[in-house]
Amino acid sequence: MNELLQLIANGLVTGSIIAIAAIGLSLVYGILKIVNFAHGEYLVFGAYMALVVNVTWGQSLVLGALFAMVMTALLGIALEFGLWRPIRKRGAGIVSLFIVSIGLALVLRNSILLWQGGAPRRYDVDVFQVYELGPIRLSLSQIVVIIVASVAIVAVGLLLARTTLGKAMRALSDSRDLASVSGIDTDRITAYTWILGSALAGLGGVLQGLVQNAFEPNMGFRLLLLIFAAVILGGVGSAYGALVGGLVLGLMMEVSTWSALPADGVDAVYKPVVAFVVLILVLIFRPQGIFGRARTV
Amino acid sequence: MSGLANVQFWAFVGVVAGIYTIFALGLQLQFGFTGLLNFGHVAFMAIGAYTMAILVVKVEWPLWLSALVAIAVSMLFGLIIGLPTVRLRADYLAITTIAFGEIIRFIAVNQQTLTGGPQGTINLTGAGRASSYNREWLDFQAWAQDQLEVILGDHATRDVTMLVLVWIVAIVLIILLQFMVHSPWGRVLRSVREDEDATSALGKNVFSYKLQSLAVGAAIGAIAGLFFAFQFSFFSPQDFDPLTTFFAYVIVLLGGTAKNWGVPVGALIFAFIFAGTRFLDFWPLSEITSADRAFLRLIVVGLILIGLMAFRPQGIFGKKEEMVLE
Repeated sequence: MNELLQLIANGLVTGSIIAIAAIGLSLVYGILKIVNFAHGEYLVFGAYMALVVNVTWGQSLVLGALFAMVMTALLGIALEFGLWRPIRKRGAGIVSLFIVSIGLALVLRNSILLWQGGAPRRYDVDVFQVYELGPIRLSLSQIVVIIVASVAIVAVGLLLARTTLGKAMRALSDSRDLASVSGIDTDRITAYTWILGSALAGLGGVLQGLVQNAFEPNMGFRLLLLIFAAVILGGVGSAYGALVGGLVLGLMMEVSTWSALPADGVDAVYKPVVAFVVLILVLIFRPQGIFGRARTV
Repeated sequence: MSGLANVQFWAFVGVVAGIYTIFALGLQLQFGFTGLLNFGHVAFMAIGAYTMAILVVKVEWPLWLSALVAIAVSMLFGLIIGLPTVRLRADYLAITTIAFGEIIRFIAVNQQTLTGGPQGTINLTGAGRASSYNREWLDFQAWAQDQLEVILGDHATRDVTMLVLVWIVAIVLIILLQFMVHSPWGRVLRSVREDEDATSALGKNVFSYKLQSLAVGAAIGAIAGLFFAFQFSFFSPQDFDPLTTFFAYVIVLLGGTAKNWGVPVGALIFAFIFAGTRFLDFWPLSEITSADRAFLRLIVVGLILIGLMAFRPQGIFGKKEEMVLE
């Protein structure tokens, strides 16, 4: 039983990072029909921006995380104006945009590799103190991740539910045409969506870099399919769905290794495979996701 | 290796281009002709290479039988992954197939007793007989080299022999595929790509045609995997990461979608960028360390993808109307 509680705690850590990263991907997917394969690289970009502040400039990681969010948001908005908007104007479809995002992922990842090299890096923080909360053992970094992620998730939830901007984003994600005829400035809301999604990706990258201790530029791609799985699990375009999808996926991956399960649970090395299988099963049986409404997919 | 005049260099570029031509031909059928956005194509290459190597080493089957079985196993996997997924919309199909490819790669990394694990075939075969799985291939290649010497004399080195063999298979496949896509069967594939509803309204079973396209493409991918294993007798799961699938997309898109003869052109350009930046060593390339060149190479590949999509989505030879832009 203690083992299960520990796995659930670990699952919440993994899941909340995936959830944070998934919101941006899901909104962009819903609003622009871009399956952004470069989203993982946005996370890596954020992680390295915080590294510059924290290690190169010797400032606190809190400052680093804020800097990472700002810089990743700038990257997101710069790419919207410099790349995505011009390509959309040329009438590119889903498949073309998908392939462009793969090209972008290669450019971003390898630029970071060129700049920082491929060796694992770590933040200059001491977070290895382990706390025992009843039967659960969590490192300080895991606790920080859970707290920061919870705050971010609640903040984003409120933004989407209560503010005009959030409502406009969801409306746009639901139907671009309907939102447009209701007088929503679609270009402006699209820009804000990139800012929000990219800033969250930057934060997610810092948290992931913190929790896995050492990270390198391939971290983003390894997370990307998990993030996609969360987005699809929650229903493409649904920000709330992405949140829940991320948490559910994190829990599923960890709990699948529980030794009380048949065959002693899944071997820990196959945790990502659990996520991929979930992804494939969801697409086959409920392609609209847990929260999505049935429509042509 | 030195300059552009080096025969060995060009033979190497040619062999890489030939293997990638075969690999991308499978994708051309699935993506270019049928509109299936398969992003797990590398899995078929992996299944082909690993099945052959495992059968030869662990079951001690003859090489040629193992190779045929490997192609069949790959087709079977094409059907298994296709059955539940080919009905999905393009972007969902892409994500599902890339997940499938990653599952195969994870199995190759982690089922060490079966596949040799992260070290690949070095571990598979055990110490001392590391590349023994392709001994029969080496015998065949030596025989082919003897035949070639009659025509080419001293130029018939091992690399040149491989070059000739790979390209014979590649060209036979292109001719075969040209017949297939211009047959009634191929016309149905293209109509599936253009308009599924209209095709099924004409009484064609769209689902079945998509599956057939996926399975045939999987078989061709496995053939590329066989040559990959023959050429690089040591291979490991790392060789089959999703990047390899993206390379095939670069090749198909460079040459032009739905143009079989565009594939070798795309593959040659790609192989030159790929191998050229690795082995050529004159200024300005000599100023850059080899690790940095690997990164620059992939940046160039990424820029080619973006540039093609932005300015010439139909590729060098393709027709704009045939580029899938839904």
